[in-house]
This record gives sequence, structure tokens and C-alpha cells, in this order.
Amino acid sequence: MASEAETRQVAASTRAGWLLSTPALVLLAFGAIGPLLIVVVYSFLLPGKYGNVEWGFSLDAWRGILFTRDIFDDTLVLADAHLSIFWRSVKLSTLTTLFTFAVGFPTAWFIATRPQKQRAFWLFLITIPFWTNLLIRTFAINEIIRSEGLLNTLLLWLGVIDRPLEIIYTDFAVFVGMTYVYLPLMVLPLFAAIDRFDMRLLEAGYDLYASRWQVLRRIILPIVKPGIIAGSILVFVPALGAYVTPRILGGGKQMMIGNFIELQFGQGRNWPLGASLSVTLLVIVTAALLVYVRFANRDREVNHG
Amino acid sequence: MADRGFSVSRLPGFTPTAMLVFVALYLPILMLVAFSFNAGKSVASFEGFTLQWFVKAWANDHVKDATLRSLVIAVVAASVATVVATAAALGTTRRKAFKGQTFIYVVINQPLMVPEIVTAVALLIFFAQIKVLTGYQGLGYLVTAHAAFCIPFAYLPIRARLEGMDLTLESAAADLYASPWQTFRFVTLPLLLPGMIAGFMLAFVTSLDDVVITLFVKSAGQDTLPTYMLGQIRRQITTEVYAISTVLLGLTVVLLTAFFLLTRKKD
Repeated sequence: MASEAETRQVAASTRAGWLLSTPALVLLAFGAIGPLLIVVVYSFLLPGKYGNVEWGFSLDAWRGILFTRDIFDDTLVLADAHLSIFWRSVKLSTLTTLFTFAVGFPTAWFIATRPQKQRAFWLFLITIPFWTNLLIRTFAINEIIRSEGLLNTLLLWLGVIDRPLEIIYTDFAVFVGMTYVYLPLMVLPLFAAIDRFDMRLLEAGYDLYASRWQVLRRIILPIVKPGIIAGSILVFVPALGAYVTPRILGGGKQMMIGNFIELQFGQGRNWPLGASLSVTLLVIVTAALLVYVRFANRDREVNHG
Repeated sequence: MADRGFSVSRLPGFTPTAMLVFVALYLPILMLVAFSFNAGKSVASFEGFTLQWFVKAWANDHVKDATLRSLVIAVVAASVATVVATAAALGTTRRKAFKGQTFIYVVINQPLMVPEIVTAVALLIFFAQIKVLTGYQGLGYLVTAHAAFCIPFAYLPIRARLEGMDLTLESAAADLYASPWQTFRFVTLPLLLPGMIAGFMLAFVTSLDDVVITLFVKSAGQDTLPTYMLGQIRRQITTEVYAISTVLLGLTVVLLTAFFLLTRKKD
């Protein structure tokens, strides 16, 4: 049983905790979270003629995510254009996540197995691109893959090809760009997980006649799984909502959800549809995060059990 | 060195893959830097060394204007974020876990979890209403938005610093009749300072880098350096933009090096 003085102390501590956090919470309420609730409201309104909304309840914006009205007989038909944008977003984000893992894992492993003194240096090499403006990195990759870019110039000069490869403004260009800009987000959590990995487990595995593949598959991957999940989330979430990279490398034709949302607030002049699309994106991302939390918690329970 | 024997941590193909990754990470950036010194007007081939793009960018009033605006927003937003994040970090660490602590934690980290485009759209809608209601068109909107999404970047290093801090020093100060304020001012704050500087710098870089939220929130004529650069690239004006990129890249490297030196564990 806690004494009265103790109870009072805990209450005071709690009050202080809330009080000190209040300025941050207020700022976030105005600058981030509150506006998200308004987006939900807007998704149930009618589009205004010149942008913004007209106040009247409607489910059109939600229907508009998947369906469009036929211009001739006003029936609802599946909006193929919208579906292809969703499909492209999910496909490219998934491919980006898989590929960044495929090359990011060996990289993280390499860094984590360097001698202690060198490790900071290699890690620093990953951190510089991480903190370099995403716009600049996208410009850089654009410079490599565009028609008169380095890659084509080099291949033409070598005689491998006789006309420039048309990479820029394709899905592939967006994939290459996203892999490039999001790779550090995969490597850093993987490194954190591998860094904690007890290398003696490998010795034990080899002593028991495990092959390299078995060691990787049965010992390393299960143990660093939290890092794999964290890295995948950190890549998948921003990739799914990507705007800058597809805009520069996709050239307006290869739109992803982010660009499609922007279009509704620009030329599309359909703010409610933009709002319903935003809420949809948010729901997908939240679902991905919840899966992550569940996995992370389950692993913790197993470790402590 | 020919035979290094069997190493348990070696996995076939991992080292070459890692090397390729490092080359692939740096080659495009270095190309961009190289082209910013290229004398030729076309970026297709290198035609000699020049600083003319830097000079041209420096003389460009739009660039000056956008740079100044970016810096003002970043300094104000990062300062505000650091102050409120410090208070929040003091409030959420080093005390008994209290009801709502997880809620506070989730709210503070919310900008890291919501896709930027969604926040951008939300702010566009919200601020459009406020603009109509108040008629105010100034930089306040951008500063508010930037300060909000900078909070988690400031909060995380400050919180980490606080959690690693020795509580006995504060008890000692209290034993010597220091008031809570004196304890904070002369014991906690100096110990916390490296974390706060680290937090400020992360927030500053985050604000300086932002494209998407700025693009949606800014009023006409409120370009920041990134939105200006994005506009120029769309108009195929590249050399000047590459020169600006090189300068920003240099700045990032300097800030990061300082950050590492500040947060480095003393062995």
C-alpha cells in the first residue's frame, strides 16, 4: 500500500509530465494532427467549382477512389486509371523494399563485422546520403539514367548499345530512384540489429555442421528479424507515399498515389477525392505499422519467455 | 594475408555486394558535384573546370531570396521544436510511468509515421481556411508546419541524452539546497546541452530539406530553396541547381561531422 505522501508525489509527477509535454502537444495538434481530422471531414464533402469544397454531405469522393461515372449513361464503372496508379504504387514500393533488403543486408552485415574502429567510418558513409536532401539525390540519379546521362553515354561509347536506352520516365526509373534514395533507411536498422547479434552463435552453428546457407537461414535471419521488419517499414511507408521521386523520374505519366493526390488539389480540382485518397493512404500505412508493432511485441515476448 | 583462415562472420558475396552499394551510393552524388564545376553549358560532357555556376547562383536574386527564407524558417522552426521537445523529454523521462505517457509518445512521433503527402494535404486544407478567416498570408504557416514535423527529430536525441544521465548529480544539488530551478539551470541543462544541440541540428537539417509539405503550405512567392530547385529542374535549368546542390551537400557533411563529434561516446 502506497502512503498518502507517496500517492501525492506520483500525482504531482504525472501532472508535471503532462504540463511539460503540453507545448509540444499543442504545436503538433495545430501543425500536424488536427488538420488530419479535417481531411477526414473533407472526404465527405462535394468538390467546389474552383477548388476547395462545397458544404454538402456526399460519398462521391469515397466512391471515386475505385469507380468513375460513365460519361454517356452515368453508370458507375471501375476506374482503370485509378487502379493502375494503386497497383503501380504497391508494386514499386514492394519491389523497392525487397531490393533494398537484398543489397542492404550484405551492406549492413559488412559494416557490423568490421573492427570496432572502422565501423564508425563505414556507418558515416551510409549516414551522409541519409541526411542529404532527397531532392538532390533524385537529381543525381536522374543525371545518371536520363537519355543523355552518364549510363547511356558510357554504354554508347563502349558500343554496347547503338541508341540511348529509354529508362527515364518509366516505372523502372522510379524503382531505381526509390531504391537509391531509400536504401540508407534499410541499412541503418539492419545494422543496429546485426550489431547486437552474438557471433558465437555462428561458431555453434558451424560446430554442428551447418552450411553457410543454413547458418544464414536458420540462425542469422530469425535473430535479426526485428531489424528486417523495421527496415522494411521505414522503406515501404515513405515509398508508398512518395511524391518527389516519381515526379522527377516518372515525368508526370508514371504517377504514384502521392502524385495522384496532388493532382486532385491542382488541376483535378477535386479536393474531396484528394482527401479520401489521403485517408486511404493513411489507413494502409497505419495497417503496416500495426503489423510491425505486433511482430515486434511477439518477438520480445519470445525472447523473454 | 593470402590465407586469412576461416572466419565465422564471413558470408560469400557479402563484401563485394557492400562495395558495390557504396560505389552506387556515391557515384551519382559525386557526378552531380563534378557537373556543378563543368564549364560546358550541357551536362552531357565535361568541358573544363569553372566556378561560374556558383557565381551565377550567388548573383541570382531568386536564389538569395529562397535561401534566406529557408534559413529563417529552419532556424525559427528548429529553435521552437528544440525548446518544446526538451520540455516534453523532461516530462516523459525519469519519472514513474504515468497514464497517457504512451499517448504523448505516439503524438510526438506522429510526423515520422504519417506519409508527408498526407500531412501536406491536411495542412493545405487547414491553412486555406485560416487564410480566409484571418487574411494573414505570411511565413507563420510554414514556420508552424516545419516546427511541428521537426519535433520528433529534436525529441529523440534529447530523450536519449536524458535517459543516459546520472540522477545522483541532481540529488546532490538538491541536498546542497539548490532550488529546483537552480538544479535545472546549473546541473541538468549543461549536461543536456549536447543532446539539445544535436536535436537542434537534426531539426534544422530536416526543415532545410523539406519539399513536399512546403510545396503545399507556401503562399505565392514563398519559395524555399528546395521548392525553387524543384521548379528550376522542371524548366530544365540544371547547372545552377547543381551548384546549389553542391553547396547544400557540403553543408550537410559539415553539420553531420559536427553532430557525430558532439554525440560520440567518450571511450
